[in-house]
Amino acid sequence: MRFYEYESKELFRRHGLPLGRGRVATSGAEAHEIAAEIGGPVVLKSQVLSGGRMKAGAVQFAETPDECPALFDAIMPIEVSGQTARSVLVEEKSPVAQEYFVSVTWDGRRKLPVLLFSDMGGIDIEEVAEKHPDHVSKTHFSTLLPLSPRIAKEAIAATGVGGSTLNRLTPIVFELMQIFLSYDLTLAEINPLARLEDGRFIVLDGHVDLEAEARGQHEALLAELGIGADETRQAREPTEFEIAGRKVNQVDHRGVAGNVVEFDGNLGLVIGAGGGSLTLFDAVRNHGGKPANYCEIGGNPSVGKVCELTKLILAKPGVSKIAVMMNVVSNTRVDIVARGVVKGCIESGKDPSEVISIFRIPGAWEEEGFKILERYGVEYCDRSVSMYEAAGRAVAKLGA
Amino acid sequence: MAGLFIDIVVSDAVQSDAALAKKLEDVCPVNIFRASDVGVAIDESNLDECVLCDLCTEAAPGGGVRIVKLYEA
Ligand code: SF4
Repeated sequence: MRFYEYESKELFRRHGLPLGRGRVATSGAEAHEIAAEIGGPVVLKSQVLSGGRMKAGAVQFAETPDECPALFDAIMPIEVSGQTARSVLVEEKSPVAQEYFVSVTWDGRRKLPVLLFSDMGGIDIEEVAEKHPDHVSKTHFSTLLPLSPRIAKEAIAATGVGGSTLNRLTPIVFELMQIFLSYDLTLAEINPLARLEDGRFIVLDGHVDLEAEARGQHEALLAELGIGADETRQAREPTEFEIAGRKVNQVDHRGVAGNVVEFDGNLGLVIGAGGGSLTLFDAVRNHGGKPANYCEIGGNPSVGKVCELTKLILAKPGVSKIAVMMNVVSNTRVDIVARGVVKGCIESGKDPSEVISIFRIPGAWEEEGFKILERYGVEYCDRSVSMYEAAGRAVAKLGA
Repeated sequence: MAGLFIDIVVSDAVQSDAALAKKLEDVCPVNIFRASDVGVAIDESNLDECVLCDLCTEAAPGGGVRIVKLYEA
């Protein structure tokens, strides 16, 4: 769940990170007032939940307060990646000597947080990593061992930064690492972090992403930042299909059969979980298939839950077949999922052998599951058929 | 509604055993059994949730409770 820049900065401010003077304006008059308080050149920045503001013209500079109302009015309607501004952040314009990049995010592969630092901030970090790899450091750190400023210092020094700059940067970077861990963030980023001509450091731009599942643990913070409980901060509002999927998952506590995302294809997917579902979704697309949905099942959901999910997907206009696929399961039972999908087909008034294009869930209780599928004439396969191949068979059946 | 995949047969000999009914209600992890006034009652809408754990058949030795897999019939 992404925070607006002004919310991210408020979080940074509470942790003592250095920020320029300024605040958000919701009218041209307010922008004028803030600029007058600052008493010098200011920058006006559109508050949207995406990057690319500068390119879109949604960041403007004003030398005097009188310029601000017109700039405010110009910025507000500008669409940045399909989003219009919520407000405009008016901040003092700072004389920058050098820009740095600091980011803490989660490395899913290593299952550890990773600190990225570069002394070439303000530009696309991927481009810097490609063209100037010696100017980017990447440092993993533990979530269990005590966090030490030494980790931050070494990460900064690895890019060649030394002396008083290194000493001044270290506490800022270290604090960002602590913020990342304290609030269950998936991203805490400052770009650019500027060294001013007088040697001071200042956060020019930054943003944070909160793990959506951790919202409940940080209700107080969200309320203090003015983030409403109904604000999903998703790229789009959930569709009726997705809301119905959520309800299916809430039917009981057993396992997961939800996280449904709607697409406009014709092949319904009952897939799981985590990486497996993403792999399977991609495999379907790779074979030229058009998924009607993404979903995640796992953790041994009840028969009723899988049944309701199947019914929901089959009720989607344009869906004539479903593919039921997972990686090898251990804590989810094959027979329980088989019962759920077969029952879902029958309760939808459809023949499971016609509607289920493939059932590829090998693992716990597969012999029992395969008996059920045989009884209903459903095509199934075991682990000797790869997920990729199973996805191909499902797509091929739609064309047949 | 009867189960599509599972049926449970309770023998006449144990059907009205109140103590067994209570025990079955306790052991079944998916709440298929209820201890009622007439002894062992079954929630038919839950039959397909049976996880084949055999706790009920062990609680009623001698074939008092039998699980039938309808898909094997
Ligand atoms: S086998 Fe287990 S889940 Fe099934 S009815 Fe008996 S106790 Fe309940």
